[in-house]
Amino acid sequence: MHLLEVQDLTKRFGGLVAVDGLSFSVSPGETVSIIGPNGAGKTTVFNLIAGFHKPTSGTIRFNGSDLVGSKPHKIALMGVGRTFQIVKPLRGLSVYENVLVGAFAQTGDRSKAQAIAGDVLEFTHLFDLREATADGLPIGLRKRLEIARTLATGPKLILLDEVMSGLNPTESNNAVNLIRRLKDERGISAVAGVEHVMQVVLSISDRVIVLNQGCKIAEGPPSEVIENPDVIEAYLGK
Amino acid sequence: MKRGNIYLSILAVVLVAAPLFLESRYSLHVLILVLLYVALGSAWNILGGLAGQLSLGHAAFFGIGAYSAALFAKTSLSPWLGMIVGPIVVLPIALAVGWICFRLRGPYFTLSTIAVGEVVRLVALNWNDLTGGAVGIVIRPSVFSGTSKVPYYYIVLAIAAVTVMLCKSINRRKLGYYLLAIREDEETAESIGIDTTKYKLVALAISASLTSIAGAFYANYFLFVDPTIVLPLALSVEIVLIAIVGGLGAVAGPVLGAVLLKLSSEGFRNEFAQANLLIYGLLLIIVILFMPGGLMGGFRRLQEFASRKSQRASS
Repeated sequence: MHLLEVQDLTKRFGGLVAVDGLSFSVSPGETVSIIGPNGAGKTTVFNLIAGFHKPTSGTIRFNGSDLVGSKPHKIALMGVGRTFQIVKPLRGLSVYENVLVGAFAQTGDRSKAQAIAGDVLEFTHLFDLREATADGLPIGLRKRLEIARTLATGPKLILLDEVMSGLNPTESNNAVNLIRRLKDERGISAVAGVEHVMQVVLSISDRVIVLNQGCKIAEGPPSEVIENPDVIEAYLGK
Repeated sequence: MKRGNIYLSILAVVLVAAPLFLESRYSLHVLILVLLYVALGSAWNILGGLAGQLSLGHAAFFGIGAYSAALFAKTSLSPWLGMIVGPIVVLPIALAVGWICFRLRGPYFTLSTIAVGEVVRLVALNWNDLTGGAVGIVIRPSVFSGTSKVPYYYIVLAIAAVTVMLCKSINRRKLGYYLLAIREDEETAESIGIDTTKYKLVALAISASLTSIAGAFYANYFLFVDPTIVLPLALSVEIVLIAIVGGLGAVAGPVLGAVLLKLSSEGFRNEFAQANLLIYGLLLIIVILFMPGGLMGGFRRLQEFASRKSQRASS
């Protein structure tokens, strides 16, 4: 059975069709990348799944239940975590508190939440920075904090919106490692939205979906997809 | 933490013993005012400081509490019952207000709370049969008919203590962290499973109820209510100033704010006569300009400065 099943998903903003009849699915423990040039509709897809936008038509099923029409916090509590493309740390709070707030999604008990937060900080290698204010972190660490905060809520699926953008090579290597470990060590599925075809990202993806102007133009294993002439055309033009 | 508990115990003993040392009725009266505003500032801080929803309409909840008490004066029952009835009346009103106003964010929310405060004031002003309109309601002193202020002091001390303790306990719980998350970023809060509407309503309900209890005490203490005294916008502003000057979100903030602002406003009134508001205004400007985090922020920076200095001295 699929963990996430998206069918005929369409979103119009006025006259603009941001997502056009998109269907795809994610199995438990699978890492799927959605790639596509700027404006292809990746962020809209994430906003639709996470409940921040309402689809014009189509269905989204997660773990057997319908997500369409549910509020974002309900969807988060069902096990769909998300990060934001433009990172949104809880600025005035410390790294530790950012993660602790997430952990309260799993328990109302403070000491249990602290234990979860400690574990997540270790897992994401943020433990040494736990006292730092989120506002002062460089972009690479802020992106990692986004993942850590979401991870603390105990998700089955994480939607990673452009976790690589704006990172230097070392930082993006770290991010790739973290995504790989989410799958290998925690069994968490991930859907990663990626603007640029990056070999490293593709290498950790079980499957790649290519979006262009809201439509799916290709889907398959990474090595096949990047050779696909339609994909090359979408990125480079004819 | 341990040292903090010792300070708290000392403070508690001093506050409980204060009436024994304070000779004049006036100084006890000032202390009662300070404690009343500690309660008001702390109650406001739950919604405004923790959850980041800046309300300029808290006079409405204060006034409804005060009127709840005052209306008992028309019956044979004690106006002190207002301290129980006030929150019961305020709760549904607060939830209705929140349900409407929380659709708005930031400055728009604040503007809508001003409107709520004005609506409640105008209702009280014009509903002559119930509130006595502009004439107000005079309350016969019931239980403590003597001239001593000591019983009032202990009652307001209890109200202030319970309010501050409640804030402290909220601060350490899931509720406190959720309110902080909402203050920092509502979208992020939603994305990690926080029902932002629900938690904002919870914060408003607690904040408004506590404010109405303080209002009911006010009516029993001053034995008179009218719309210009218990429902003016100026009162809402004063409550906000106490929390902001003290330090938003910090438990001790409104306590410090109330002590500084109420003591100085009473002191200035005695010392400077007509100029007291001018001096009060200058004091506000100085605090807001030079201590953006309020008195608590100022203290924190002083501490950091001192520890850096001692580090430099030891190295």
